[in-house]
Amino acid sequence: MIRLKVNGKEKTFDGDPEMPLLWYLRDVAGLTGTKFGCGMSLCGACTVHQNGEAIRSCSTSMKEVAGSEITTIEGIAPMHPVQKAWMEIRVPQCGYCQTGQIMQAIALLKENRHPSDQDIDTVMSGNLCRCGTYPRIRAAIHQAAKELA
Amino acid sequence: MNFIDRKIVENVSRRGFLQGALASGVFILSARFVPEPLWAAEGEAAAAFDPSLWMAIASDGTVTIVAHRSEMGCGSRTALPLVVADELDADWARVKIGQAIGDSKYGDQDTDGSHSVRSYFELMRQVGATGRAMLLSAAATQWNVSAKDCSTEPHFVVHKASGRKLGYGELAAAAAKLPVPKKEELRFKSRGEWRYIGKESNALFDLPDIVTGNAVFGMDAAMPGMVYASIEHPPVLGQKIKSYDDKAALKVAGVRKTLTIDTVEPPHMFKPLGGVAVIADNTWAAFSGRKQLKIEWGSSPHSVYNSGEFRKTLEATSRQPGKIVRDVGDVDAAFAKADKIIEAEYYTPHLAHGAMEPNVAVAEYRDGKVLAWAPTQNPQAVQETVAGVLGLKKEDVTCHVTLLGGGFGRKSKPDQVAEAAILSKQLGKPVKVVWTREDDIKCDYFHSVAAMYMKAAIGPNGKPTAWLQRTTYPPIGSTFDASAKYADDEMGLGWNNLPFDIPNHRAENGPADYHVRIGWLRSVANIYHAFAIHSFADELAKAANRDSVEYLLDLLGPPRIVQLDLKGDEAEEAKAYPLDTARLRRVIEVAGEKSEWGKRAMGKGRGMGIAAHRSFLTYVATVVEVEVDNRGQVHIPNVWTAVDAGTFVSPDNIRNQFQGAAVFGTSLALVSEITATNGVIDQSNFDSYQLTRMSRAPRQIDVHIVESDAPPAGVGEPGVPPFAPALFNAVFAATGKRVRELPLSKTKLV
Repeated sequence: MIRLKVNGKEKTFDGDPEMPLLWYLRDVAGLTGTKFGCGMSLCGACTVHQNGEAIRSCSTSMKEVAGSEITTIEGIAPMHPVQKAWMEIRVPQCGYCQTGQIMQAIALLKENRHPSDQDIDTVMSGNLCRCGTYPRIRAAIHQAAKELA
Repeated sequence: MNFIDRKIVENVSRRGFLQGALASGVFILSARFVPEPLWAAEGEAAAAFDPSLWMAIASDGTVTIVAHRSEMGCGSRTALPLVVADELDADWARVKIGQAIGDSKYGDQDTDGSHSVRSYFELMRQVGATGRAMLLSAAATQWNVSAKDCSTEPHFVVHKASGRKLGYGELAAAAAKLPVPKKEELRFKSRGEWRYIGKESNALFDLPDIVTGNAVFGMDAAMPGMVYASIEHPPVLGQKIKSYDDKAALKVAGVRKTLTIDTVEPPHMFKPLGGVAVIADNTWAAFSGRKQLKIEWGSSPHSVYNSGEFRKTLEATSRQPGKIVRDVGDVDAAFAKADKIIEAEYYTPHLAHGAMEPNVAVAEYRDGKVLAWAPTQNPQAVQETVAGVLGLKKEDVTCHVTLLGGGFGRKSKPDQVAEAAILSKQLGKPVKVVWTREDDIKCDYFHSVAAMYMKAAIGPNGKPTAWLQRTTYPPIGSTFDASAKYADDEMGLGWNNLPFDIPNHRAENGPADYHVRIGWLRSVANIYHAFAIHSFADELAKAANRDSVEYLLDLLGPPRIVQLDLKGDEAEEAKAYPLDTARLRRVIEVAGEKSEWGKRAMGKGRGMGIAAHRSFLTYVATVVEVEVDNRGQVHIPNVWTAVDAGTFVSPDNIRNQFQGAAVFGTSLALVSEITATNGVIDQSNFDSYQLTRMSRAPRQIDVHIVESDAPPAGVGEPGVPPFAPALFNAVFAATGKRVRELPLSKTKLV
């Protein structure tokens, strides 16, 4: 039996301990804001927080998150300054990757309150956006950083 | 499973919409309103066109507008309702959008070809203006004044003289009982009166749901009692299962059983590829079980497909005369007497779409009917395809449309929905089919590989006196007719409409066989056609030792309407949308001006390039600035794009689309390539099939909208075609190296 906290709520899981957190969140817990994109930590669509740090839930097994506190996009109180910046800059096109982008950006800003373009590129390059919203993502992170300062 | 009850993208079926509407005593544009046929090509749709499909006003004032086109990130689900709301003079904050199910009553729903706004702009205006006229009339009757003395402000009818006003909700029931005015009786807003059309304030309707994770994509759709399926498809197109062993797969916890789907016979259409499906209690169990399958595959004629060898065949074909698709003057005579000839060959590989949301669908077969939820660009194709594979009538298939996690043309083809329906029929319960990323890349309807041959006779001042262009690639038509070898349907995509002022010109198309399924990818054949034409134009400019922008304007010649030899739909389209070189010149001039072309000092390893291409009736010029570092890595500090898309709805959406097109263009220009060995696709995930990441994307992308009163044109696709040639021309300017094949990563620059 694996115990964990998801968005502040105690959860137990007695299925396959090798199941990636992503599929637990989506298929078992019904939290579909976290997306499946590649299954190999190559695209970042599945990004959530484990004890406040960004992880790729598609490649993190349930046994690896036992005892952890997991935060998904549903656990971020709207409107977080990052979400607000995403709205104001009108970042999304299709929107599919954006929850992963936002979770990664929140983690980035927690570590680095005033990221440079270079800092943003380094951290955010693990998150693919096929629609190509990168320039707006960068702008939104700078804007959120200002609001958080 | 508690999440079944989650909010799903609000979908409306005709019956449900009417019942819900009538139950709450609302005004809907009723069936008495019969406008002129809009879409004559879709006979059934034109006859059955019925505006009560489009709009309703509840007594609480909530206006529901139906979006009948799919939303994959291009903004049509927001843009078309904005047009209705504008002419209705509704308060956008009180508008809800209902997503239409697949139904031919809506006319064409295939969200492709960048034509949602173009094809439906006037109709949406009419729907809104009709509603406004009826609300005005209802208020005037109630106040016993002339409707002419009444006006509207958002969501209210106002009688200025007496200072009275009534809300749309209050008037809805009375308005519903009025006769529906004819189109000729309607008063449309003037451009100056538009409140939403063309305004900066427009943002995507779904924006709040997207940033909070509440937006529902196909991946998020669910039905009560559903099971999950993952399918091992034939590695080579057309391979059949010889035998398979599922013992190990069935031992995986959560796996219920395996089922087979017959291998597709050509033409492939949108039918499933075939394969072995693993049915499980959750997605992970289905994926895990599938890894344990042991399948022996039979032979396929496509096992001979090696993309390296195939390239040689295409190139050899392009060196030979092909089918003539446009012939102006006498090219052969001009070549015969030319002093100087320049030739060049270009090559572009297959591409996969790589939408961030892999193929997915949920379907339930019950009592001879199918209910499906899918992220589809074309819900009517879902109806036809599912009905086809199960032997049902199209009307027996209901397709609800979710948001699409990217589409780019892949999601026009609903093979995965048919898979879900086939499996559901065998299992007797709803099935969710989830493709892995590997499935999505290996089993795509690929953007075609292409070879182009170009030849010009050079006259005085370096301007061509003759221009011959040949293009060869497996056509999209091969997906629908296995014997198709010529790309008749792709010639309008930048090949039979060269806008240059050259007295002798011939465009040809050579034959090619297919070995994978070929399909549309964002801007389609324009990608390779524009790459060849605009790389070659730049080669000629450089050979003449002339400035690229000045030369390009000279090639275009004086402002004029280009005479084209078009037939059928293309000829019809050209009447409303003539190819106007004045508009093309204008975007080139604007891009040149904004980029300070020729005025900025370019240091070592830096250069700028330009290309200008009209596609989907939109005029685009793109200037790319590159910096090539001492390791040969290409960086893109700046992109300037000027766009004339005619009348538009949301300027910021245009900027977002064209910024995105520059990034999409960067992927295919720099890194993306699909190859095949013995019929098997070599790439599988985002490690081997590369897409541009933030660190290598253009740093700054400035989009300049050239205002125009022309009718609306496309926005989603036209930014892509000029990008790669502009980038490669910039690489030449920076390094002196002329690279004639995509992607650039295959060529060492230092």
